[in-house]
Amino acid sequence: MTALIQARIDEVRAALDQVTDPELDESVVELGFVTAIDITDDGAVAIGFRLPTYWCAANFSYLMAADMRDAAAALPFVTKISVTLDDHMFVDAINDGIAAGHDFRDAFPGEAHADLAGIRLHFGLKSFERRQEALLRHLLAQGYEPAAILALDAAGLQALPLDEEGAILRRRYMGRRALAGPQMAAFVTSAGEPILVETLPVYLRHIRRVGLNAEFNGALCRGLLVARYGAAPTALPAEPELVDFLRLVPPVAGPGSVAPTARR
Amino acid sequence: MYKTKDGEEIFILDGHVHNWDASPENIKNIHGKQFIDCFYGYHSSLSPPEQLWSPEKFAKYGAEQMVKDLFIDGPDDMAILQPTYLTDFYKNGFNTIEQNAILKKRYPDRFILNGAFDPRDGEMGLDVLEAMAETHHLKGVKLYTAEWRGDSRGYKLSDPGAYKYLERCEKLGIKNIHVHKGPTIIPLDRDAFDVADIDHCATDFPNLNFIVEHCGLPRLDDFCWIAVQESNVYGGLAVVLPFIHSRPGYFAKVISELLFWLGEDRILFGSDYGIWTPQWLVESFINFQLPDDIMKETGKELTMGVKKKILGENAARLYGIDIASQRAKLSRREAMVA
Repeated sequence: MTALIQARIDEVRAALDQVTDPELDESVVELGFVTAIDITDDGAVAIGFRLPTYWCAANFSYLMAADMRDAAAALPFVTKISVTLDDHMFVDAINDGIAAGHDFRDAFPGEAHADLAGIRLHFGLKSFERRQEALLRHLLAQGYEPAAILALDAAGLQALPLDEEGAILRRRYMGRRALAGPQMAAFVTSAGEPILVETLPVYLRHIRRVGLNAEFNGALCRGLLVARYGAAPTALPAEPELVDFLRLVPPVAGPGSVAPTARR
Repeated sequence: MYKTKDGEEIFILDGHVHNWDASPENIKNIHGKQFIDCFYGYHSSLSPPEQLWSPEKFAKYGAEQMVKDLFIDGPDDMAILQPTYLTDFYKNGFNTIEQNAILKKRYPDRFILNGAFDPRDGEMGLDVLEAMAETHHLKGVKLYTAEWRGDSRGYKLSDPGAYKYLERCEKLGIKNIHVHKGPTIIPLDRDAFDVADIDHCATDFPNLNFIVEHCGLPRLDDFCWIAVQESNVYGGLAVVLPFIHSRPGYFAKVISELLFWLGEDRILFGSDYGIWTPQWLVESFINFQLPDDIMKETGKELTMGVKKKILGENAARLYGIDIASQRAKLSRREAMVA
């Protein structure tokens, strides 16, 4: 393989790393879903991916495949793209639909009634809440006063001198901020409503469920992927915490982290 | 019965067990194979290594092994048999009420036999339900709202057709509606995990109990939210509890959330046997301590009193079982066998 091809593969991988599982809000690369990236000399990219079970929801699977296709297509050297899902009950419908550039509804005629925009928004807002909670808790732990935090506008939040962890949390949060609406305040609810100082603790309690749910699902899906395919594509942390979500610390394998090989 | 180190005897009512047949002879198609493979994925990714079964044993363990794992080697006093038909995937079905009834007949004091219905069966299904209730004296049913049938990709329990069945359940004394809202069979665009339909039913049928199995995973967040508003909504711990071994930190957080939003009276233990066996689950749960920081945050404790409710008292209340007299009955029967 030439150095140029290798460099391009790395670029594609970096682009795919920005694609998230909508439900887990984690990168499809990090999750171990991407199994292959091949590029020919004339810029044809072939991406292979797999999922934790044969039954993983078709709409989520389709959404990830479409996002991967679009992320790779944005790279200047790419002339052609194929995204191929393996080992899934809808491999044909998904692979053909993605290849033809179809909407989800067209890929599942007569069966799927909603396009992906609604799902994308629904889970985008959950991701917004999860990222917001992480950032708010971080700022509070750093000693910022609730009133001062809630009075920030976007520029004010950008100007805060944050440590490395805080900066990552801020970047992740701002990546979803627009979903909640065009308000001036940096922090609003997912419905675009203001957050009040008095009710901040209750509000945090409320959105905490969202993050916990995503972390729980993430652990479940990683475990199932390992059970299905044997080797862990990326080492699993023994007890993933917020650090994994931030991806500051490389995961450390530990006891109970790698499930025993199933049948393969 | 589980005996603690202090000698206290704890009544265990396992809210969720199966006796399935996924042997190669019974598998109808690729879906049947992939279905049991997926179950095996849950089993192998969340069980302690020493509890792992071979795929062959997992596919069909049989009644004798089940009774041994639940009541002889395991701590269960009683268990609720939840049917899962899946007749499109398995020739004789995966785990039907007819198969379960054989176990119930042999061990009448050990098992509670639950039925099933599907509102898409219309009027005829209502008659079948009525006959089933009469034959088996049903107090509960297990439903799969995401199950495919012909062109249908599932239903909502708030559909008018489903309401007819809930009305009939009320009339027949079937008070406990277990609804599978969890890792599911073939979800497509209809959000099969969506728990919103339970919100409507729980309001409209205040005399029925709605036990959301797997606590709505992967929508635990939505589930907590509806459950807090509806006092007749319960959470079944199957699939959630096994995390106690591989991810104790997560389990601590999740059980604390459930205690915070649902409260200690509305959480039910279930092993989901044969995916997991009750022995290690109950043992781990009895010995489990919430970390101080989590306790401080939610203000909820997992005391032995709370554990006893979750492990048996809550389900006993729903199924009208008097624990003291049930214990006496079970020990008399044991004495007779000995």
